[in-house]
Parts: sequence; C-alpha cells; structure tokens
Amino acid sequence: MANASTNALYAGRKRRNTIATTLAWAAAAFGLGWLILILGVLVYKGIDGLSLSVFTENTPPPGSAGGLLNAIMGSIVMTFLAVIIGTPIGILAGTYLAEYGRHDKLASIVRFINDILLSAPSVVVGLFIYEIAVAPMGHFSGYAGSLALAVIVIPVVVRTTEDMLRLVPDTLREAAASIGLPRAHMIIRIAYRAARAGIVTGILLAVARISGETAPLLFTALNNQFFSLDMNAPMPSLPVVIFQFALSPYEEWQKLAWTGALLITVTVLALSILARSLTARKS
Amino acid sequence: MSTLPQPTSVAVPVASHATIDMAGLKEKVTLRNLDFFYGEARALKSINLSLYANKATAFIGPSGCGKSTLLRILNRMYDLYPGQRATGEVLFDGDNLLAPGVDINLLRARIGMVFQKPTPFPMTIYENIAFGIRLYDKLPRSEVDGRVEHALRRAALWEEVKDKLATSGLGLSGGQQQRLCIARTVAVKPEVILFDEPCSALDPISTSKIEELIDELKQDYTIVIVTHNMQQAARVSDFTTFMYLGEMIEFGQTATVFTTPKDKRTQAYITGRFG
Repeated sequence: MANASTNALYAGRKRRNTIATTLAWAAAAFGLGWLILILGVLVYKGIDGLSLSVFTENTPPPGSAGGLLNAIMGSIVMTFLAVIIGTPIGILAGTYLAEYGRHDKLASIVRFINDILLSAPSVVVGLFIYEIAVAPMGHFSGYAGSLALAVIVIPVVVRTTEDMLRLVPDTLREAAASIGLPRAHMIIRIAYRAARAGIVTGILLAVARISGETAPLLFTALNNQFFSLDMNAPMPSLPVVIFQFALSPYEEWQKLAWTGALLITVTVLALSILARSLTARKS
Repeated sequence: MSTLPQPTSVAVPVASHATIDMAGLKEKVTLRNLDFFYGEARALKSINLSLYANKATAFIGPSGCGKSTLLRILNRMYDLYPGQRATGEVLFDGDNLLAPGVDINLLRARIGMVFQKPTPFPMTIYENIAFGIRLYDKLPRSEVDGRVEHALRRAALWEEVKDKLATSGLGLSGGQQQRLCIARTVAVKPEVILFDEPCSALDPISTSKIEELIDELKQDYTIVIVTHNMQQAARVSDFTTFMYLGEMIEFGQTATVFTTPKDKRTQAYITGRFG
C-alpha cells in the first residue's frame, strides 16, 4: 500500500466491486428463482398423476380416468416426420451458407430470412400451413401438423449447421483439397465429420423446440380423442391436449395436463443434456 | 507468420549441401512472368523461376513477401477463394497448369502439400492415409494396408503408430500429426511436395525429424519449402529463392546464396539485419 490517496481509490474500487457483484448475484437469483418455482410446481403437480396408465390409456372423456397414450404417440409421430422433412432441407441450406455461398450476396439474404424465420411466432407458421395445407385438403391432419413443425425445424437446423461448419478450420478444407478431393466430397467426408457432433446437437435442439409447440398444431393437426396413427386425419399431441385439458373445469383433465407438461419438460431436459454432452465431448 | 527477431551479429547459416552440378538437372516446374492478384492488389510481380526435379528449393523472405502466395499457386490452392487470380505461366512437366481446363483435383494429387499447422482429418490414423489412396485406386484391403504402411514408414511414423492405427489421428502429438500429414501426402503418390512452413508449430526435436524426412523425400520427389527459419533453409534446401515485397530478388544454389549473395537485400536478410 503506497499512500492515503491510493488507499482511498482502492477502497472506492472495492466498494463498487461489491455493489456490482451483489447486483449480478441478485439478478441471477431472481431469474433462476422463477425457473425453480415453475419446475417445482410442475414436478409437484405433475408427479401426482404419473402412473403406468398415463402411458397405456388414451385421453378420457370428462369425469373418468385415463391416460395420454394417444397424445404421446401423436407427438412422437408428428415430431419424427417433421424432423425427417426438416433436417435434410436445413442441413443442405446450412451447407450452402457455410460452404458454397460464403461470398454470395444471395447467402446473406438467405441468412437474414432464416433469422426472421427462426424468431417468427409459431402461431404464424400454424396459420400459414392452415392456408396452404389444411384449407385445400378440407380437414385437419397429422401431415399438416408435421409440416408446420418442419417449418420450425428448418431454421434451427440451418443455423446450427452453418455455425458448426464455420467452426471447421479452412486449413482442413485446404488439406482435403491438397490431396485432390473434390469439393462436394470434402464437405461430406471431412467437414460433416468434423462438425458432426454440432450438427446432431442442432437437430436435438430442434426436436426440443418443437416438442412443446402448441400454436402451430392447433391450426393444423388439431386434436383427436382416440388413438390414431392415420396421418391424414386429425392427430392428438401432448401440447394441444395440455392446452385443452388445462383450461377445462374437470379435475381429472387438469391433473393429466400437469402430468403431460411434466413429461414434455423432462423430455426437453433430457434432449438438452444429451445435446450438451455431445458438444462437450467434442471440445 | 511472425519472424523471430534475429541478433544482428549472428553467423550466416551454413548450407549443408555442396554445390550442385547444374548439368543433368531436370526442370520439373518452370514459372514464367508469373503475376498474382488478391483482388486489385498485385502480390507477385513477374516471377521467373525453375524448380528442379529431386531437389529441394526453399522460398525465404520476410513476412508478407509473397513466398506462401507463390507456393499456393503451384497447386492452385488459391482457386478455393474468389477474387484471387494468377497470370503468366507455370509449366509443370511442360504443361501450363494455369491454363483453363486443367483438372485441378488431378493436379493436386500430383502436387501435394503439407501445411503450417498439422491438419489430420477427423478419422483414425489408418483412415487418414487410406482415404487418399482410395480416392484414386480401387484396391483390395490387403493392398491398401500395404500402401498405408509404406506411407507411414516413408514419413518415419510407422514404428510409433503401428499398434494404434485404429485410434484417432487427432490424438497424436503435433510432430506426429505433421508426419501423419506427410504420410497422407506421400500416399497419394505425388511428384512434387509443397511444404508451407511445416515446422513453425513444432518443437526442435520434431523439427529435426521433419527436416531429415524432407532430405530423404528428395530422392523420389521434387520439394519446395517455405520457411522463416534461415538455418532450416540452409540445412534442407539445394536451391534458395529470396523474395521481397512480391518480387524474386535472388535465386541460386543454397551454398551460393548463403555465402556470396549477389543482392544487398539478400545479404541483409540472411544475416538477420531485417525481416
């Protein structure tokens, strides 16, 4: 310690440091507090109704017991189809942005539009698919639901694919070129391989994103009280069932809605952890 | 691309190779009036140069002088990036490799390249080598095995990796990775191998291994090496090209360039007075 003036400076700095640290902690605690509260209530209310019958019985009529089997199956089927449709398109578009279109004007336009799509309200996507698929077909269907979810999958996959491919160093691309590997082969056999964990993570995050989407399904797949794997007919899904049951006056339905919400949350959590561990292993 | 500061009193590096009889040397690559542009900027100015078969030629010069640029023209690596173009002629066994219609991938298989940082592919050690072999030859597994071993032996890496061929190439040390990259290049059976500062990311022991290797590879290949290390240029090369601000200032046998440089700038650079 040199003299009084430095000590005064130091004391002031220390005080400001304490204030800033306290504020940061408080803000973090405030944010996390709500999250813990939400999760706590969800687990508390949801675990109550969790039983084997949730997975073996279909959604019940008001006043009787039942499960969520048809809604779970509907969600799985539609999510699966949405990923099947959305992933190839997303990966190819992301590849264009990261590999072929790097110096194109078109790429920056595509990237801009993709960013808009990424943050577009999902209800808009639902309305869009309603107009182009449900209205012409004349009825709600699982296909329309998958299509709406696919539209949400695409921008997520485009973004992560581009980001992950950009992390692949150019020296690796040059090395592949230096042994005479044509560009398309370089991308498929070297760049994809180097970025694989990241791209898979993007797909998992997209699945996590769509597994909780309600609005786009309300306008497209609607709902179905019965077990149905007919994609050409209205199809139940967990989020829509939760929406319907949670707003109902029937206690059994409300209980099932809480359980369904817990199931979705646990699934999304599991997907996120899987995605994180994949990227962590890479780095 | 940074150059280590050199004390001004340092002794001039001594060339390892004696003067070569120029008669009987075959020109493998000949550059004629070569200019290179990054967009509008002219990075190389009228380069005329011969690279001789089974000899090692070093490109030396301060950072930004264009030596890496020149190297990357020889396998047309610059083609990967828009806005870069070369004019003039680069004759490879008599054919202009800058001419339109040249199959760039076949060209790059004949003119291999080893980079500054080791660049193993994200696959096993075996696959790193076999990958390039299978690009051009459909061979039975046993023959691929043989060529993988041959390439790894050629790169003096076989003894160190023969028991872990199925493990990732990324798990090797930096020096081993660089030798893996040399093996990968050799496996494609090129005629010329370009080295772009191959030792700048390596420790001294790995560096000396690579230098020995380059010396051996000369028997079968034409070697071009860009280096910031004057001692290295003196040790491994038969010919030296000194470049400065995009121009070729001096070209000659390494023994001559390092003992009796014709140009003052060459002398200043090799004695460490600038760069």
